[in-house]
Amino acid sequence: MSEKQIDELSGVETTGHEWDGIQELNNPMPRWWLWTFYATIVWAVAYSIAYPAWPMISTATTGLLGYSSRVDVKNELAAAEEAKSAYVEAVSAKSVGDILADPELRQFATAAGSAAFKVNCIQCHGSGAQGSPGFPNLNDDEWLWGGNIDQIYQTIAHGVRFAGDEETHVSEMPAFAEVLEPQQINEVAAYVASLEGQADTPDLVPAGAQVFADNCAACHGEDAKGNKEMGAPDLTDAIALYASGQAAIAQQVRHPKHGAMPAWGERLGDVKVKELAIFVHSLGGGE
Amino acid sequence: MLDETEVERLEVEAVNSAKTRQPLYSARKKVFPKRASGRFRQFKWLIMLITLGIYYLTPWIRWDRGPYAPDQAVLLDIANRRFYFFAIEIWPQEFFYVAGLLVMAGIGLFLVTSTVGRAWCGYTCPQTVWVDLFLVVERGIEGDRNARIKLDAAPMSAAKLAKRTLKHAIWLVIAVATGGAWIFYFADAPRLLGDFVTGQAAPVAYMTVAILTATTYVFGGLMREQVCTYMCPWPRIQAAMLDENSLTVTYNDWRGEPRSRHAKKAAAEGLSVGDCVDCNACVAVCPMGIDIRDGQQLECITCALCIDACDSVMDKIGKERGLISYATLADYQSNMAIATDPVTATIDPKRVRNSEGRLNAAIAHFRLGRIFRLRTLIYAGAWSLIGVALLIALLSRDRLEVNVLQDRNPQFVRLADGSIRNGYTVKLLNMVPEPRTIVLRMEGLPEAMMTVVGMDLPEGRSVTVEAEPDRLKTIRVYVRLPRESLAEGQSFKFIVEDKASSEADSYVANFNVPEAGK
Repeated sequence: MSEKQIDELSGVETTGHEWDGIQELNNPMPRWWLWTFYATIVWAVAYSIAYPAWPMISTATTGLLGYSSRVDVKNELAAAEEAKSAYVEAVSAKSVGDILADPELRQFATAAGSAAFKVNCIQCHGSGAQGSPGFPNLNDDEWLWGGNIDQIYQTIAHGVRFAGDEETHVSEMPAFAEVLEPQQINEVAAYVASLEGQADTPDLVPAGAQVFADNCAACHGEDAKGNKEMGAPDLTDAIALYASGQAAIAQQVRHPKHGAMPAWGERLGDVKVKELAIFVHSLGGGE
Repeated sequence: MLDETEVERLEVEAVNSAKTRQPLYSARKKVFPKRASGRFRQFKWLIMLITLGIYYLTPWIRWDRGPYAPDQAVLLDIANRRFYFFAIEIWPQEFFYVAGLLVMAGIGLFLVTSTVGRAWCGYTCPQTVWVDLFLVVERGIEGDRNARIKLDAAPMSAAKLAKRTLKHAIWLVIAVATGGAWIFYFADAPRLLGDFVTGQAAPVAYMTVAILTATTYVFGGLMREQVCTYMCPWPRIQAAMLDENSLTVTYNDWRGEPRSRHAKKAAAEGLSVGDCVDCNACVAVCPMGIDIRDGQQLECITCALCIDACDSVMDKIGKERGLISYATLADYQSNMAIATDPVTATIDPKRVRNSEGRLNAAIAHFRLGRIFRLRTLIYAGAWSLIGVALLIALLSRDRLEVNVLQDRNPQFVRLADGSIRNGYTVKLLNMVPEPRTIVLRMEGLPEAMMTVVGMDLPEGRSVTVEAEPDRLKTIRVYVRLPRESLAEGQSFKFIVEDKASSEADSYVANFNVPEAGK
């Protein structure tokens, strides 16, 4: 087509294409649009040279600038580590008692411990550290193995009834089904139930007191206040690890359940364990 | 007095004239606005001085707030989330004051537009003000309209290059100063200036200055009227704000038409002639490059420079000012009805003038009372209502607040003695830049006792907290209720009080207990 065809109505040049009498007008793209378009092409070429872009057989071109999002992440993580390193070193160097006495360090350790708790501990103790039957509530003021900061630290570091750690807390309540008569078990269960609340069968309580003195006081104490050295719980308070009520107590006397907790010292390192101890201590029951 | 043929006729055509209209993406037609002088030009100089003065100088005003707060009168401290405005300090949760001001600005814009048209566009819009400023520079270096057209058409020479370089250099200096002034609103101005020139300021400061320098230079120097015509939404919205009683810059064709360069000759031939001598002065001064005689159009920013230009021509030829004037559509239409010959349906200027050649009495002129209409009264009412509400809120606002977050996981903790403990995160907001001693106490639940985490105090019903100046103090509070007092649905109040000023605030907190029987 050598001759320009002009559309009569609009006065615009046509491309010469025609369908069913309708001609296509040749309106050029706006110049700013075209230049933007060319600029994006130039940009794309430059970008694919400067940055990782072209897929190869097993890898991709790395680009002249050597940019990598992985390296960025690594640097950011390193910077974050660096930023908190002074605190981490202080936590590492100080005892848990000293950390607790330093408000700034305590704040850091509580926050770090809270994060570590969410990763490692909530599976058993619950996301609010509220526990569940068999798994102690860490918010309250009843501690099986002691609630001061050193005792909490010791418990987390070495665990409870954990085979892999020599310093782990160990204790075991015998299965009294093999030791006591069923009637004696009922009596002692009635006695223990009466210590905090109501026994189902109050008339068994006096006999139960005798059974308790003979068989249980060695660990739980004559006053039934428990013994934290042995992890023997206080039976007089409002908190029960497994269940309250005479029937449940009788069951626990016959065939006691024992919880276990891993030793976290080896796994998480001393700093994390200290942070966890500070966090658990901050939950409201710390002594 | 000049004869109308002696009035210089300017060679100029409106950029959007219907005759030569092109598709939207046609190349730009350059506009070379001529210098205008007159009442409105004077007024615009004054407004430029005030607005630029406010913009450039505000960050440098000092305001003593004592040792615990910055001494800059207007400061948006984003890092610390504080907004200082003279005696007012705003915390993030009080940002609704700013939102309220923005709503007022919006309604104010409606009010102004429905009363005096696009006064915002014509006088105070930053685009208008900076273009005006850039034009001052351009005129100073390259001369007025004709000299600039000549220079623009001339081939490149040493003199042209020198002028252009100087012009753009000064524009850039203004642009940098404009971008530079912006950042001083966000940090201590004197210190930031020192840091900025020695290269120690934050990268975001340099980025901001660079971006605002670019936008000022490009919008104010290079794009000018195109920003208003193509980029700004306001020209599109304004039609909804205007009504037949809004003042707007109007060419009064009822006395101007038929326009004639040779009025005397035409009159001698028995033809009717209007006041417009078709000198094009109104087009030449227009920064938008339009012809107001084509009627109201979206490009018109109502800067009123054409009024000045036309008035000076009317003065020269001894006619009344106001051939181009601020007029309402209602007045314009009633005057048009008077001027239009019912037979020929053309404008006959003789119909608007009496035997002495003065405008006759039936011609409508603007009356101040027209400003008070239902629409403007509603706008003004809404505007004042919000203003008064904000003012009352501001004057009665608390500078000491307490926010309480109750623990929800766990909701409560059973303690060894059977009592129930609830945990609360109590946030004390000390919103004055002075340290304060604040007492937090409980009201209600007389048996309940509280302890504060990290404070080695015995259980009690009140605790004294040292609050840092202008800071939020967070404390963890445990409240314990003995077994005998447990009941569902109980609540109590946390009360905070500054003993010195007896300012106080309170929060009603629930006390969660286990369901009965559990």
